[in-house]
Amino acid sequence: MKRTRAPLFLKRGSYRKRRLRDGARMLPVLGLFLFLLPILWSPGETAEADTATDGLYLFAVWIVLVLVAALMAPGLAEDSAGDEGEER
Amino acid sequence: MPFDLLVLSCLAYVAFLFAVAFVAERRASMGRIGWLRSPLIYTLSLSIYCTAWTFYGAVGYAARSGLEFVTIYLGPTLVFVGWWLLLRKLVVIGRQQRVTSIADLISSRFGKSNLLGVVVTVIAVVAATPYIALQLQSVTLSFGVFASETPEGWALPDRDSTAIWVAGGLALFTILFGTRNLDAKEQHHGVVLAIAVEAVVKLAALLAVGIFVVWGLAGGPGEMMARIDASAIADWELMPGRWAGLIFVAGAAVICLPRMFQVMIVEDGEERHMARASWAFPLYLMLMSLFIVPIAVMGLERMPEGSNPDMFMLTLPLAEGQGALAMLAFLGGFSSATSMVIVESIALATMVSNHVVMPIWLRLRPKAAMSGDVRRIVILSRRLAIVAVLTLGYLYYRLSGGSTALASIGLIAFVGVAQVLPVLVGGLYWRGATRAGAVVGLVTGFVVWAYTLYLPSLGPGAALSVAVFEQGPAGIGWLRPQALFGVEGMDPLLHALIWSLALNTAGFCVVSLFTFPGPVERMQGAAFVNVFDTETAGPQGWARGRAEPEALLVMTQRILGKEAALAVFAAEARAQGKEGYLPDATPDFVAGLERRLAGSVGAATAHAMISQIVGRATVSVEDLMAVANETAQIMEYSAELESQREELTRTARQLREANEKLTQLSVQKDAFLSQISHELRTPMTSIRAFSEILTEGDLPPEMVAHYGRIIHDEAIRLTRLLDDLLDLSVLENGSVQLNLGLANLQQLIDRALAAASHTRPERIFIIHRDLPSENLFVRTDADRLVQVFINLISNARKYCDAAAPELKITVRQRAGRVSVDFADNGSGIPKESQAIIFEKFARLTDQTRAGGAGLGLAICREVMANLGGTIGYLPGQGGAAFRVTLPLRLEQKAA
Repeated sequence: MKRTRAPLFLKRGSYRKRRLRDGARMLPVLGLFLFLLPILWSPGETAEADTATDGLYLFAVWIVLVLVAALMAPGLAEDSAGDEGEER
Repeated sequence: MPFDLLVLSCLAYVAFLFAVAFVAERRASMGRIGWLRSPLIYTLSLSIYCTAWTFYGAVGYAARSGLEFVTIYLGPTLVFVGWWLLLRKLVVIGRQQRVTSIADLISSRFGKSNLLGVVVTVIAVVAATPYIALQLQSVTLSFGVFASETPEGWALPDRDSTAIWVAGGLALFTILFGTRNLDAKEQHHGVVLAIAVEAVVKLAALLAVGIFVVWGLAGGPGEMMARIDASAIADWELMPGRWAGLIFVAGAAVICLPRMFQVMIVEDGEERHMARASWAFPLYLMLMSLFIVPIAVMGLERMPEGSNPDMFMLTLPLAEGQGALAMLAFLGGFSSATSMVIVESIALATMVSNHVVMPIWLRLRPKAAMSGDVRRIVILSRRLAIVAVLTLGYLYYRLSGGSTALASIGLIAFVGVAQVLPVLVGGLYWRGATRAGAVVGLVTGFVVWAYTLYLPSLGPGAALSVAVFEQGPAGIGWLRPQALFGVEGMDPLLHALIWSLALNTAGFCVVSLFTFPGPVERMQGAAFVNVFDTETAGPQGWARGRAEPEALLVMTQRILGKEAALAVFAAEARAQGKEGYLPDATPDFVAGLERRLAGSVGAATAHAMISQIVGRATVSVEDLMAVANETAQIMEYSAELESQREELTRTARQLREANEKLTQLSVQKDAFLSQISHELRTPMTSIRAFSEILTEGDLPPEMVAHYGRIIHDEAIRLTRLLDDLLDLSVLENGSVQLNLGLANLQQLIDRALAAASHTRPERIFIIHRDLPSENLFVRTDADRLVQVFINLISNARKYCDAAAPELKITVRQRAGRVSVDFADNGSGIPKESQAIIFEKFARLTDQTRAGGAGLGLAICREVMANLGGTIGYLPGQGGAAFRVTLPLRLEQKAA
């Protein structure tokens, strides 16, 4: 089965869309890293109570993830119908 | 608050939900779907992830283990934020294959295997049982909270009977709206809208309680932070293993939970909805989690020692005298529990009826697909399944004593459904995943989970004896349920999670590597893994089925209902350009019909039913290869067409050339005729004229002699011309008689030179010859060959326009052939004329008109052809040059 050859270089618009998808794939990895970060500093035998700040940190990361996902979602949704063939 | 009022408001709330669901169903049935299928409703319906466990249990969880509760929401957040990785593919496949449940998806992916459907169904039902028990327990507990608060000393009705009432009411609601219709696609607009409303209620209730706690009780966020750090919760310790493990298991659960799958994929799976939900659902989860810790902290602070932290959501407002707020919180909790139970039981009932009841029924009564009322059976089996699932939940609740903390029950269920994840992900991304591997993986994971987590959760002595816990089964130490393979001292949940998933994945991968998938399995695998390549999504394998359209129609009516089935068939018939309701049962149509039926009864059942009619349950490997080869064949065919086209072009070009040549020949023939008439007429005219003069007499004798000579000369010329023509026609016919014999080439050239010297004898030619090379014997017709030589030499004598004319004769012998070149030093023959000099009557110039009728070279050509040789013009020799080639030894022609 011969696949229609994908062009080697893309126009600016298509290039942006591809990178947007790459970003969408990377976002959960970033989120996982940030959510796992407390493991590094929290098995805290630290004397002072830091539950509130830990909580604030987690919710801050959460809000950032939501915002970034919200910014990317329209771009991802609009072209997903257009050129699905590129995806495998 | 009077208990009656509580019950009454509950009933009112349920009635309100009924109304909402009813209106939605009405709108949907009238085709006005509109906002019923919007991203907002979709996102809100996803919120059934947040059950009573979230609503009540999360506070208790936070009170016991601090921030760890948040992992249950962080996992789903990551999965949704990363929807492009997995959920998008799942949604597209779900829509393309008309998936009805997660069991259907797995069974469909691995060759529509019913065994896998059963395995996944069993896992889902078993894992859901504690979860449903959890909902019953929380609703019962919340009733209990209000009952104990009753000022009248209203005795709490029997807890178990409360649970029964709740379970019964939920079953009724679910049956009413969950199994009302058997759509082409398993969608329940009424239920979806109802749970969307409930999602708003529970969020509002939680936020209201949270805001009351933070601003009403604690005195603002800053103060709240200080209280958190001062509370007992601040002492919690983050356990890295549990933290990471729970994030993972929650992420897995949000994909694999039957109810999540139902709302996410089955009800309204669409990419644009998913795009919106990718951030809106995490936002919802974040809002739900925001006030959990503050409520837990304030509860611990304000409530008396020993009160159940799971009920802080209710007891805290009640203790502060906020009856209305407590009421709202109660409704929020009630919403969470009911929406979860409704959707979960719909999802499970679909799985049970499609993968357990229908296959058994079809096996028991194979003819029933044609005669029985399948619709009624399916709907009945679903209703029974709903009742059965709720009964199981109730039994678990009774068995576990309703004592365990809510959170731990929920986690047990999570780890259970997570067993599906390896097979699901493997099936979506790995074409090598096989049915056998999936069965082994799922069963292994399920057994390990049940042994290490589920059965122990019922308490020591309930399902597993205390001895098994302490010494292992039959005293085998390394098989102790909570210390498998000697791993001791580990958190039981993490222990079960790691071992079950590790063994599950290992079994799945290893068996997949060593087994060979069947044809349907391979096709489905390709269709799933390459779902975004539209070209491979095609073949379904009914390629050579001989289905009776009428039988298909009868069967479809049994499942979809009469009107819907007729509409489908009529539309197809129209598409095929036929009148009426019966289209041809083309492979495409049958495959499409199968997918449509799969939307109602699941892929495996639909496949089985269709194959009963089409008469072939499986496709052979040959069929599969044929399908796979089809594209290759088309490619080959088009390449063939291409080459044929080229050949045609070539032939056309040849024909055009031949045509041109024929036209030219025709022109030449005309020219030849007119030429020959002219040539014959000229001598004839002078002969006639002079003979007339002679007949008049009285002429002086010398004049008579003169005229007689002229007549004689002209007659000779005429004869020569006729001889030439005759000669030419004989040569051209190939009927010439050759006089073969050995001759010395040198002598032949000598003869030719001597004979040709009569032509324009006034011109002195310098002849260059290489005598030794000429000294060879050829076997040929010497006279004919000399005739050619004479012609060439006299041509040179006639036409060479050099002042000091020279003629060079070169003889070469090569590979049995002799070539003789005659080259003069004149101006040669212009290029455009070189092609025509061998034609008859071709005279380049009229300058000399010396002898001949322009037949010389034409005759030479024919002679050489008869002698098995050629004559050609040699360009680029500094003058006119001809090359005569002939075989050294000419054999007599057989003819």
